[in-house]
Formats: sequence, C-alpha cells, structure tokens
Amino acid sequence: MADASWIAHLLWLLPVLPLAAAAGVTVSPPSRRRRAAAATIGAQAVAFLIASALFLVVLKSSGGGDEIVRQTFNFTWFNFGSSSLELGLLLDPLNAPMLVMVTFVGLLICIYSVAYMSNDANFVRFFAFLSLFSAAMLGLLVANNLLLLFICWELVGLASYLLIGFWAHKPSAVAAAKKAFITTRIGDLGFFLGMIWLYAEAGTLQFYAGGAGILEQSTLTQLAAGITIGGMALATAISLLLFCGAAGKSGQFPFHVWLPDAMEGPTPVSALIHAATMVAAGVFLVARVFPLFAATAGPDLVSTALTTVTWIGAFTAVFAAAIAVAQTDIKRILAYSTVSQLGFMMLALGVGGVAAAIVHLIAHAFFKALLFLGAGSVIHGCGDEQDIRKMGSVRRFMPITFATYAIGMMALSGFPFFFSGFWSKEEILHVVHGWPQSPVPFYLALAGTALTAFYMTRQMRFVFFGNSRAETAAKPHESPRIMTVPLAVLAAAAVLLGIFATPAWPWFHRFITGGTATVDFGRLFTAGTLGLMFLSILLVGAGVGTAWVVYRRLPGSASAPDPLERRLPRLYRALADRLYIDELYNATLIPLHGAAGRAADGLDRFVWNGMVAALTRIILLLSALSQITDRRLFNQGFDSGCEILRRSGGRVSGAHNRNIQARLVYIGSGMVLLFILFAWI
Amino acid sequence: MITLESFLLVSALLFALGLAAVLTRRNAIMILIGIELMLSAANLNFVAFWRFGANPEALTGVLFVLFSIAVAAAEAAVGLALIIMIYRHYRSINPLKFNVLNG
Repeated sequence: MADASWIAHLLWLLPVLPLAAAAGVTVSPPSRRRRAAAATIGAQAVAFLIASALFLVVLKSSGGGDEIVRQTFNFTWFNFGSSSLELGLLLDPLNAPMLVMVTFVGLLICIYSVAYMSNDANFVRFFAFLSLFSAAMLGLLVANNLLLLFICWELVGLASYLLIGFWAHKPSAVAAAKKAFITTRIGDLGFFLGMIWLYAEAGTLQFYAGGAGILEQSTLTQLAAGITIGGMALATAISLLLFCGAAGKSGQFPFHVWLPDAMEGPTPVSALIHAATMVAAGVFLVARVFPLFAATAGPDLVSTALTTVTWIGAFTAVFAAAIAVAQTDIKRILAYSTVSQLGFMMLALGVGGVAAAIVHLIAHAFFKALLFLGAGSVIHGCGDEQDIRKMGSVRRFMPITFATYAIGMMALSGFPFFFSGFWSKEEILHVVHGWPQSPVPFYLALAGTALTAFYMTRQMRFVFFGNSRAETAAKPHESPRIMTVPLAVLAAAAVLLGIFATPAWPWFHRFITGGTATVDFGRLFTAGTLGLMFLSILLVGAGVGTAWVVYRRLPGSASAPDPLERRLPRLYRALADRLYIDELYNATLIPLHGAAGRAADGLDRFVWNGMVAALTRIILLLSALSQITDRRLFNQGFDSGCEILRRSGGRVSGAHNRNIQARLVYIGSGMVLLFILFAWI
Repeated sequence: MITLESFLLVSALLFALGLAAVLTRRNAIMILIGIELMLSAANLNFVAFWRFGANPEALTGVLFVLFSIAVAAAEAAVGLALIIMIYRHYRSINPLKFNVLNG
C-alpha cells in the first residue's frame, strides 16, 4: 500500500477545493459567468477524480480480511489549558463511496445548472452557493470528529438555506428557506445537546483515535454501562438526541415538513439537496455513529435507539409515500418520494443494515438526481410549468428526457432485475424481514414499495402520456444537450450500479461491512431471497398496474378532478392536504411557540425591564449624590482655593509695577532689613 | 565735646532725608536734589571718620571728599542735562512717565 498511500493524504483537498472555488466565485463580479461556472465545475471535477482515487485506495487496502481498514488523519486544532481539541479526517469504506457519489452527482448537477440557470441574473452567486454546498457536504463526509461533522452539518444547512431561498423575490421561496432552516435547526438542537453530552462523558469527539475514540470499544462500553434518567443507558439517550438532528436533516416524520417546501429553490438545487447532499447527511450521520446506536444491543442488533430509528423510518416511508399519491406538483411528488425513501434508509439502519442503507442511499442519489434533473428538464421545456395536471404528452416532444425519466422512475419504483433501486430496496426488505422484534415494519415497507410504484406511475401517466392539457399554446421542446447529457449519464449510473448490489454478488455490501464478495448465483434462489423478491415484484406490479388502470383515462383538462379523487374523495383530499401535518403544526406548535414568545416578551418587558429600571433609578440616585458632593465639596473647595491664589497673585503682581520709585523703596527696605539682620547676628 | 556719634546721627538724618526725597518726589529735579543730599551725608561721614580716625594728620578724608564733590558736580551736570532732554521729549519731568523701557 505504500505506493498509493500518498493519495489518501489528499483527503483534505476534497472539501477545500470546492470551498476555494466558492470563495473565489463569491468575490468575482456577477458578469464573470463563464469563469464562475468553470471554477465550480473544475473544482468538482478535480474533487471527483480525487474521490475516485481515494475509493480505489480504500478498495485495494480493504481487499482480503474481514477487518475494516480505516485511515485517520488526526491533528490538534487548539489547546485550552491542559486539554486540547482534536479534529481529524477519516477515510473508510463507509465514506469512500459516498465521496465518489457526492462529487459525481454534484459535478453533473453543476454542468446541468449551466443551462438551467443560463437566464438567471444571479448566475455567479448560484455557482458560489453550489460550491459551498458541495464543500460542506464533503467536509461532513470526511470528518473524523463529531464537532467537525457538526460544523459542516451546519454549513450544509446554511448553504441549503441560501439555495432554497435563492429566488428571494418570491415570498414563498423565502418562507420555504426559513422553514427549512428553522425545522432542521430544531433537530440540530438535539444533535448539539447530544454532542455536548457525549463530550462531557467521553472527553473526546474523535470517532476513531487509536482506541480512545467515541466509536471504539472502550468508550462504547463505558457509555452503554452508564445509566441516566429513567434507567436509560447513556448511549441510548445520546443516540436519540443525535437522531433528532439526523431526522431533521433527513426529513423524517416529525420534521419532514420542510423538505417538500424546499422545492421552491431552483430545480438543480432540489436535485442536490434531495439526492447528493443534505438529506443524505442525516442517514450518513446515523450510519457513521451506528456503533453508538448499537452500543447497548446484543448480537441481534436490537437497542432502544435503533428501535426508535426503525419505527420512525418505517412510518415515514409509508406516510410520505401516501401523501405523494395525491400531489400535483411534479417536484413535490419527488420531494415526498425522497422523504419516503429516506424512511426506507432509516428503517434499514434501525434494523442494523448499515450496508443496505448506504447502498440504497447511493443508488437513490443517482436515480433521484436523475428524476429531479429530468423534472427540471420537463419544467424548462414546458415553460416553467410545474403542475402535472397542466402537462401531458410530453413524451412526444422530449424523447430523451422521457427515456431517462422512465429509467429513473423504474429504478425508484423498484422494477425488477435491471435497476439499482430494485436490488437496494430488496436488500432493505431482506434485512427488515429478519428483524426479531416485530414484523410490522416489514409490512410497512412492503406497503411503501407498492405506494411508490403507484405514485410514480401516476406521475408518468400525467406528465408524459395522454393529451396535452397545457393552457398555453407553446409546444414543449427538448432541453439542450448540456442538460440531457447529465441525464443520460445518471441514467446509466442508475442502471449499472445494480450490478454491484445483487445478492448474487453483494460486492457493495461487503465493501462497506468489510470482507470479500463472491459470486454465487445460488444465493438468488435461496427460499428467503426468492420469496421476498417474488413478493416485492408482485407489489411493484400491483402498484404500477393499479395506477395504470386508475389513470388509464386521464382527466380532459387541468381543472377536472383526479380519477382517484372521484373514487375516494375524502382520502384524496386528506392526502392532497398532506394529512394536515402543516395545519397541525400551525394549530399547535406555532401558537405554543407564539405563546412562549409572548410570555418571554412579557417577562422581558415587565420583570426584567422593571428590575433594570429599578437598578437604573438607584444608579441615578447615587450619581446625583456624587454630583452634589462633587459640586459642593470639591468644586467649591477648589474654586475658593483658586480664588485665593488668584487674588493674592493679583495683590503681589500689583507690587511689580512700573513705578521706579516704588522699586527703590523695595530695594531700600530690603537693604534696611538686611542691615537689621546683619546687626542681629 | 562733640562725639563721632552725633556726626553720624546728623549724616544718617541727611541720608534719610535725601532717600525720602528720591523715593517720594514726583519731580526729577527734586530727586536729583535728594541724591545730592545723600552724597553730602556720605561726605560728612568721610570727614567725620577721618577726623575721629586713627591718623588725623594725613589729609585723606578731606581729599576724598573733594573728589567726591567733584564727581557729584559732574553727576549733577549730566543729570540736569538728561532732565532737560527728557523734558523736551515728554514735556514732563515726572519720573513715573519715563517708563518706555519698562517691560
């Protein structure tokens, strides 16, 4: 490994390159469009090359034994007193593929944005933000320290805020940006508390530090043994707090509300947020600190923290998929689909399938980026129309977009055999099926699978088939090559990735968990695998078939009710209104928050303000007293002293006059005095 | 017998009178006269100390007084000339007005 180890030392370049590009682009004038795009894309491309090289390094070093090879680069950030704050970078099989994925998808999205944003006045600023986003995400991935991860985590939040609110002239975009920022911040509060607690207990935040890190055995044992309020193990409590942050970032159930609203940003941003960067951060965090979540678990990987993750993930997967069924905005459907797929990943993590979750994360990143960019292409081609009811027959005008979108849709719905989504979802179902605690998450996951197939088919029918229901006469047109090429590349990736994730050759999973993959087609035909596969194909088929039947006859105009609405009006309305979660928050949390705010305001105004006012009075009184002493005592004392001096001076100066005779008198009297003195002595 | 002390007493009185004239008069000529009086007091002292001194045979005291009178005469001449010039310039011989050189 000596020959290639120098590449591993390039790890720090990954976040630094896009960051430098972001800094450079930020300070360049808005007219330098070409240069800004070139700098961003260049930085992404170099980062992608480095990430690929790093991936190969990890690949070579981890071939062979079951041991996971980790390379850490720790350094001291600063010392305070006797303790020091360590930071570090980490390269291991968990983040190496993620690095490749983020840089690859990021690169394609940047290229795509050149065309998509070409008419925007703030083109240069957009690229600066994209670079920052990517830099933050890469920093998050390479961190070997929870604090460094948290810093990058917040940077991701900041960049997402800037990008979601990029079209700041739209009030809805500003509101969505704020919503995303604040909602994730609520989760981050949990993350922050968990981090502080962890630091207080373990004394370090390094993940791996030669036996002393928080994810290594000695610390984990200590944390699992410690008991806190309610008999909960320390590790469980801290894990749950950290999970708050992950749920916020990854849009899990109580915090999912920001994600669909984040669609207000430009479409490449949606692709970046939903596929490569932001939402992946939450899943990645849980995967990264998985040993902590599993600290109290036995060999069957069941712990309180993981159970929570499982249930939340399973619930979110179905819940969001159901809402997606009744949405009419092309991007919102995809957004709820993202929430649902993240639920699948969390579910996989919760039942102990880190590899399954990460494989699905990466597969999802490819096909979801593809779908978003495809949606962007459709929106672009249809003259900025996002309502699927006003589309239709786009297939005829945008063949490349249609073909790639179809691939993305089939990967997402889990069409059998040729798509990465099928195999990665299969693996998740497999691990969930083996969960010893309850079979319910497994059924929820199956329901989610069927719903996913249903809503994606519905969307395809609406957008690409039937007759055009556009209100404008303009025909849709295919997007320029610079947009379709990234689509094609992503489509290829979405298909090819499946090869590495089949149970016959679970190369990818073995890579993450350590160990070597062997080709064994026999694994495909074991009873469990085959049965599951059969079941999921059946469900996908059912979903697609039902949708195809229900939407066989599309509504004739944009205002006509949805076929599903005609059959199940109340259910449809509830789903279309997103199951009233936003309304629930509006009715409960926000008034509560308002009341708390008003209470704090009242406290401020009357209690603290009164105390401050009283204090002010006292101080004023004291100063008045001191003023009196000053004026009366010191001022007048000095004044009269000065007056005496002045007067006596005046008197003496009167002697120093121009009268020569008077001077002679002084001289004479002086002489007389001297004589008298002389006579005396 | 007239003693030395009586001569000195007269001389002191003369000196005091002259000094009083110099210090109080507002007329330059009167001041000049005061100065002459003080000089006379000094001359009287010279003569008295010579007459009651150790060697009255030598005419030192008288001779000194003659010189002193000559110098006084010259001084009076210069002084009066100055007073005349000042008077022509200022139309006054009040010494309080001759203060141009006073800072």
